Amino acid sequence: MTSVLNIENLKVTFATDAGDVPAVKDVSLTVAPGEVVAIVGESGSGKSVTAKTILGLLPETAVARGAVILGANNVIELSGARLRAVRGTDVAMVFQEPSTALNPVYTVGWQIAEGLRAHGKYTKKQARAKAIEILGKVGIPDPKSRVDYYPHQFSGGQKQRVVIAMALVLEPGLIVADEPTTALDVTVQAEILDLLRRVRDEFGTAILLITHNMGVVADLADRVVVMYQGDVVEQAAVADLFARPKDPYTQKLLASVPRLGTGAARAADRASVRSSAAVEPVVVAKNLEIEYPGLLGQRGFRAVNGVSFSISPGEVLGLVGESGSGKTTIGRAIGGLTRITGGSLEVLGHEMLGIREKTFKPVRGQIGFVFQDPASSFNPLLTIAQAVAEPLIVHKRAGDAASARTRVDELLEAVQLPKAFADRYPHELSGGQRQRASLARALALEPSLLIADEPTSALDVSVQAKVLELFSEIQREFGFAALFISHDLAVVDMLADRIGVLYHGELVEEGTGAEVLGAPKHPYTQRLLASLPVPDPSEQADRREALRLLKESD
Amino acid sequence: MNTQKKGLRDRLRGLPVVHQLRQSVGLQRAMLVVGLVITGVFILTAIFAPLLAPYGYAQIRDDNGTFGAQQEPNAKHLLGTTVGGFDVLSRVIWGTQTALLVMIVAVVLSIFLGVLLGLVSGYVGGWLDRVLVVIADAVYAFPSLLLAIIAAIAISGGQSSFWGGILAAALSITVVFIPQYLRVIRAETVRIKAEAYVESAKVVGASSARIMFRHVFRNATRSLPLILTLNTSEAVLTLAGLGFLGFGIEPTSAAEWGYDLSKATSDVTSGIWWTAVFPGAAIVLVVLGITLVGESLNDLADPRLRTRRKAGSGPALTAETTSVAGGSLDDLVPLSGLEGKS
Repeated sequence: MTSVLNIENLKVTFATDAGDVPAVKDVSLTVAPGEVVAIVGESGSGKSVTAKTILGLLPETAVARGAVILGANNVIELSGARLRAVRGTDVAMVFQEPSTALNPVYTVGWQIAEGLRAHGKYTKKQARAKAIEILGKVGIPDPKSRVDYYPHQFSGGQKQRVVIAMALVLEPGLIVADEPTTALDVTVQAEILDLLRRVRDEFGTAILLITHNMGVVADLADRVVVMYQGDVVEQAAVADLFARPKDPYTQKLLASVPRLGTGAARAADRASVRSSAAVEPVVVAKNLEIEYPGLLGQRGFRAVNGVSFSISPGEVLGLVGESGSGKTTIGRAIGGLTRITGGSLEVLGHEMLGIREKTFKPVRGQIGFVFQDPASSFNPLLTIAQAVAEPLIVHKRAGDAASARTRVDELLEAVQLPKAFADRYPHELSGGQRQRASLARALALEPSLLIADEPTSALDVSVQAKVLELFSEIQREFGFAALFISHDLAVVDMLADRIGVLYHGELVEEGTGAEVLGAPKHPYTQRLLASLPVPDPSEQADRREALRLLKESD
Repeated sequence: MNTQKKGLRDRLRGLPVVHQLRQSVGLQRAMLVVGLVITGVFILTAIFAPLLAPYGYAQIRDDNGTFGAQQEPNAKHLLGTTVGGFDVLSRVIWGTQTALLVMIVAVVLSIFLGVLLGLVSGYVGGWLDRVLVVIADAVYAFPSLLLAIIAAIAISGGQSSFWGGILAAALSITVVFIPQYLRVIRAETVRIKAEAYVESAKVVGASSARIMFRHVFRNATRSLPLILTLNTSEAVLTLAGLGFLGFGIEPTSAAEWGYDLSKATSDVTSGIWWTAVFPGAAIVLVVLGITLVGESLNDLADPRLRTRRKAGSGPALTAETTSVAGGSLDDLVPLSGLEGKS
């Protein structure tokens, strides 16, 4: 036996109110020492459940059958003390969300030592020395003093480094990393991926990487396992998989991944159609400032600082930036959800600085808003038809939901939802279907401006591709101007005529897709672009090298 | 015809308590069933009290003369008579009526005001919210029985009629309960206010009143049935407490267990057990029944506390359905993989 992990015919079934639901149907895979194996798949494909089975972390309602051989043990049959002995020494886990994986009331040094204490005798001094050593190895600067820091004193990327340090401290043969970079920004993601690669090279640890991001797979993995609805549909070496995907599902998945550089041609097409005559822009921002009030006696937080841009009728402006860059705040300000505190923002001819809700209310009919999370943007107690009719009723175009029905049916047809869905409740729809309905609701009053705040970031890749396509079709058909907010450069590139890059509340670069993505001027844009992993292993290797050079030159 | 029957059955299954009963298994089901049976018996007794009770609640004599005080249980008086010469069995049965009325009046009054105040307080926020929360906290700070006594004196003014007594007891309980409903609904409202669907209604331009009542209200009241059951049992206890201390309803106006208990305290030391045990047991049983229902509903509403049949043991229901919080997908046409195709 040379493999560190050997899963054979694993089946996992969950007991739910609606009967038994099989989450994993028949999975077999192996991981060799020092190998990085990626499990990819969409939500509900069973990839996380498989990962949790390896550590014996399944909830009580689940029943696992088959074999998960880890070293000399079958994890499924272990329980209690023997299971605890395996965890940490043979296999460790890196979680998705570093801010919840760390206990906020203990120092990181204490939390790293916790693993040591569980598996052997260490004096306080030894444990501390070990914690400092491992923190240094995962790239935390000045580990001697920072070992006594609490989790909130670290940034998101550093927290993930600490979590990786905790996983590494007992030198396990295998690390299971469940979406380790999903909660992080692109530039931080690149650093964490670098760290994981170094961990493999220096410690010889095998890594089982669970992810839905094909770019991450191309960057890090040696071998890829594609899962779909609880089954393994394809296993191949990473280069083979990307070059010659065999299974139709894998082919579809790879085709759905948005790629940089596809949008320039489309934008040019659209620009030629749009009349070049000088028209009044829909939105004009001049030195826009938005400050959130601070606590008593403290200074407020300035989320947006001196941003200027404009959106012409029928134009799609893409706003990209990392979390905390102020992109959502700008969208909310245009939609009248957040008050602006300085500069000037003109929306459809109305100055938003100090505007009264009464004056703005009629204007709201001309603005559509698509929210990020399709799960929470619908009132769970209203049917889709009632929710889509809401704007019509509020603006007195219809008396009640029943009389608005013909219009609702038209709208649902426009977003390619079958009429029968109108009488369903939001929880009976999938994420992509709900986002379509959300688009229908935003279009109900035929707005001249649509604000889309990360409309696809909660969706799976293949669904995202469909929704984006629909969005661009509808935009062409209805001809509204749009502000498209996203953290994903490739997505923005697909849709936007012009792209603005936000960084710490400032607009660092603005221009057409070709300008911003083809020849970025600002160093931040360059770094952002270079950090984005592309779904092609050999190209990604080149880009990684380029990013390293870019960092060295800084 | 057949489909109509099926539709009716499905609707019956969807009813709050019926749905939970079908959902439960094992010990949780046993608790719920016991609670429902006790509560059901209690309500039926209250409704049919005039038929069930051998004598009136204030009756001390029949054609054969007075009953006599402190009679042991015998053929004529199955549970004996009290020190005042009332029939214990009749008093216990008539007492269910008083308890049920007080529960209904107290809960209805407090729920309307509490929910409305909570909704406005949570949604509007600002100084109104602060004032209401401070008042609610102040009410919390008083011992609830003391507050109920003060309210009872203020409302009845020392007079005692049937409805006067019931209203006094119910209103004094209301004063204690309103802050509870306010707190719960306010917390839910504050949470829901930040949900995307409320923002989406705001973006559309809906008025505050419309958002409050169409979007927030029904979503905020989900945990209400649970507090409701727990509060009704508390209402019975508060009523009994008031009666025991002599602030309740006079024996000639209505039968009230707390009053009977207080009159029975001197009997206990002289070996007369039947005057205290039966009203006391009635209080305990009603509180127990309602609490069991409330606690079971609470546990069943939380997927983490709800026990399920173990996977693979029951009939293989390996459907392609997804689990949905708060409802079953049984009657749905399966969603074909709409997103995957085309």
